[in-house]
Amino acid sequence: MKYKSQKVAYWFFALSMLLLSLQLIYGLIMGFAHAGMDGLHEWIPFNTAKAVHTNLLVVWLLSGFMGAAYYIIPEEAQHELVSVKLAYVQLISLAVVGVLAIIGYHFNIWEGRKFLEIPRGLDYLVVVNVLLFMGLILMTLWKGKRKTTTALVLTMGLLFAALLYLPGMIDFDSQVLDSFFRWWVVHLWVEGVWELIMGGILSFLLIKLTGVDREVIEKWLYVIVGLTFLSGILGTGHHYYYIGVNKIWLIVGGIFSALEPLAFLAMALFAVNMYRKGEKKHPNKTALLWTIGSAIVSFVGAGLLGFAHTLPQTNIYTHGTIVTAMHGHLSFWGAYAMIVFAIISYALPNMTGRKFYDTARGRMAFWISNIGMIGMTVAFGVAGVAQVYMERKMKVDFMSVQKDIEVHFWVLIIMAILFIVGITLYIIEFFKHGQPNDEALIE
Amino acid sequence: MLSKKQARAFFLVGTAVTFLIFIGLTVYSLGEAQDQTNRDQLSESAIRGKWLWDKNNCMGCHTLMGEGGYYAPELTKVVERRGDAYIKAALMSPVPWQPNGRKMVAYNMSEAEANDMVEFFKWIGNVDLNGFETIVSPLAKKNN
Ligand code: HEM
Ligand code: HEM
Ligand SMILES: [Fe+2]
Repeated sequence: MKYKSQKVAYWFFALSMLLLSLQLIYGLIMGFAHAGMDGLHEWIPFNTAKAVHTNLLVVWLLSGFMGAAYYIIPEEAQHELVSVKLAYVQLISLAVVGVLAIIGYHFNIWEGRKFLEIPRGLDYLVVVNVLLFMGLILMTLWKGKRKTTTALVLTMGLLFAALLYLPGMIDFDSQVLDSFFRWWVVHLWVEGVWELIMGGILSFLLIKLTGVDREVIEKWLYVIVGLTFLSGILGTGHHYYYIGVNKIWLIVGGIFSALEPLAFLAMALFAVNMYRKGEKKHPNKTALLWTIGSAIVSFVGAGLLGFAHTLPQTNIYTHGTIVTAMHGHLSFWGAYAMIVFAIISYALPNMTGRKFYDTARGRMAFWISNIGMIGMTVAFGVAGVAQVYMERKMKVDFMSVQKDIEVHFWVLIIMAILFIVGITLYIIEFFKHGQPNDEALIE
Repeated sequence: MLSKKQARAFFLVGTAVTFLIFIGLTVYSLGEAQDQTNRDQLSESAIRGKWLWDKNNCMGCHTLMGEGGYYAPELTKVVERRGDAYIKAALMSPVPWQPNGRKMVAYNMSEAEANDMVEFFKWIGNVDLNGFETIVSPLAKKNN
């Protein structure tokens, strides 16, 4: 750590870990409900569990991205964060908004729009919160000594993500329009601007961990984010096939979304090649594992499993089934959860001075959580394919199919427990580092 | 070999061009002439139904036009499949509706609210979904 103000990042990461733990509990509740055990129905009906599970995911990832930015931007810009105090205000208000939203979901206070359930009143608080965050980052960058491509791409991703929150706040009388613009947020986030955030963090980590020349890494960063937008913007069309808009989207969405895996492939090749090329390898093996892992698993989860159902001919059968949930898990995990874990693993030893670079617990956390998540993906996949075949091909009634696939949710639960063991190890390792301190400052 | 400058140009130009096409296609496909939703038939009652759909986060369990939770049946063609009376009974029930063991939240809606929901589902049921409506089970039996 080179700048005192980077320490703020620690608290964003800690908030991430806390919300992640809660997210998993609600995932288990849904897993059990699918397996036929919905004993909590009266207090936590499925729609509450689902909104909490997905919103906590988004909030902990955002908290991780914000922590990443507070760590990376001062170092890249070579300037202390303009105001540490305001960064703490921002942290607390983020936690407050998140917690209020989650509590509200238990009392039927929400908007029925998948992923964007936060009620309107709180939306405004989100906007204020994000404005404060962006203000701090942009001011720091502005005053900084240098403006690197890595910092610019990361900041651009964060800024666009903030702007794209707005289309989700327009009210429509038509469900079709509602859905149409919901995708401007959800799709253009995960298959657009969040990839810039991921690319920025990845590039920062590769520069630090492999010792490859910044110019080389940043050149490929441009290629990657270029591929992302080139395919991802028009790729939004893959959500417009069957929601009541013009057929033109079948062609445009089909072609461009089929190209989206290229950006993820490029990311994987980029990470592996830079690793091979690097001569000054950093001793932080754990961070390296998560970094390369993220690039590879995101290609599988988003690239391959996304491609598997993105063509209109396939999507007409899989649209809105457990197949989608299968892809949703491995893609979010590989691309965004793992990159947050990577930056945490890199930053923690630097902020606390405890050099847990290559511990058995750290390695176990990586392998067990990944094996668990892959097992979960397989369980969802088998359940999903069976559902598509029986329900959509054989035209068997929805609920009788659900009964038939219950068993796969028991497999899901077992795999989820394995996954949770991995995550628990990661969180233990996190807190074993202790708190950030100024003795960890170097130079 | 590719230079950093060229890489940046690729990013900027690619983004600008696809973004403009995207906006163009959005304007085109949402235009009056392309309407597949019978927007002129969207009644006050159906709009109130949509509001109830939203307020209760029905999408947290059910899918509609293929979007939502995967816990409860797809409702795109529910009126054709079940008829008004069945739907209203489910919505007005003071105890959790559970014809197959899986519970729905007991919404205990008024008759007027349940009517609005049915109007909403009727409007949705008439939207042209580019063929998806014939796939969604089990109504599709008679269409295939
Ligand atoms: C890291 C990147 C990605 C993440 C986090 C992600 C996540 C998700 C999630 C959560 C959904 C469900 C959304 C909803 O129903 O509201 C979804 C749907 C979908 N994704 Fe992705 N995705 C990613 C990348 C991709 C890519 C690269 C492709 C294509 C090659 C793709 C293809 C699809 C398709 C076709 C659907 C619609 C499924 C349906 O019709 O039900 N995704 N994705
Ligand atoms: C304990 C581990 C977990 C379990 C048991 C679990 C289980 C579930 C279940 C049962 C659903 C609901 C599917 C439905 O609507 O019927 C779901 C949705 C979802 N989960 Fe998880 N989950 C877990 C962890 C995670 C993690 C770590 C992530 C992200 C990295 C994640 C991301 C998602 C997403 C994006 C959805 C929405 C998918 C969609 O609607 O298409 N989950 N989860
Ligand atoms: Fe998408």
